[in-house]
Amino acid sequence: MSALAEAVTAARESGEYDRVLAELPYARFTGMRAGLEAGHVRLRLPFEPPLVGNTRAPAFHGGVVGACLETVALLQLVHQRGLPFAKTIDFTVDYLRLARAEELYAYAEIQRLGRRVANVRMFAYQQRREEPVALGRGNFLLGDGAGPAQ
Amino acid sequence: MASWAALFVAHVPHAQALGMEHVSDDATGRCVIKQPWREDLVGDPETGILSGGVITALLDTLGAATVIARGKRPQATLDLRIDYLRPAAPRIDLLGEAECYRVTRHVAFVRGVCHQGDASRAVANLTATFILREPKPPKGEPA
Repeated sequence: MSALAEAVTAARESGEYDRVLAELPYARFTGMRAGLEAGHVRLRLPFEPPLVGNTRAPAFHGGVVGACLETVALLQLVHQRGLPFAKTIDFTVDYLRLARAEELYAYAEIQRLGRRVANVRMFAYQQRREEPVALGRGNFLLGDGAGPAQ
Repeated sequence: MASWAALFVAHVPHAQALGMEHVSDDATGRCVIKQPWREDLVGDPETGILSGGVITALLDTLGAATVIARGKRPQATLDLRIDYLRPAAPRIDLLGEAECYRVTRHVAFVRGVCHQGDASRAVANLTATFILREPKPPKGEPA
């Protein structure tokens, strides 16, 4: 079993999605962390200067915000179905507010889990969950997963 | 002399952290940016393919750069849609190629692709809109 597969198996039990992200180079590069909160994966990204898009604000790069949304959708699908990771078919981000120089959070809600495709809504926020900085939606192609969690 | 779009790419910290390189642009609003393949930017180590997050960052940066190439000043991305048309090949650089094909007083519209050397075999398709900075009030009028 690969280190990634072991980390996923453990995280689906314990919620320690940090261990999964630690196996993914880009997630490590950005410094993403993740845990479980009421059945939802919550991704957390501490602010770091290399993640800046707009230097005047300063604010997170829109690509980083998008990456958090896409990553949390993939983690939520892995949480419910296990590996392999789903493949993104399409992915849309609406940017509502500047994502300022403080921690960024993201979570995903699966709207429909079909046999082949999942439709997912994603939310990114900072201090207040009620004031999202960005909204995402995407369709994801599912691989043959290990089945529902628990 | 470096173009405004080139200067923009060189001054976005995250674009620099990812190693993006401005390739070309022109005043019609076309721009090309290269994202070199790098091991530490891979999404899933079992595939060796750059993370979707890197493609999103490349295409968002590129979209803003096309607006700048066209002589406008983007304030923020309003929305961005990416369609993944085929899997990227592992360990190969990405090229983002886009155009700002329409600007109004407040909004710029961008379309483009991400490919690995053959734009007709794009890895991803981009559609994005940007809100422009507030036009300056005419001289002599209060701001």
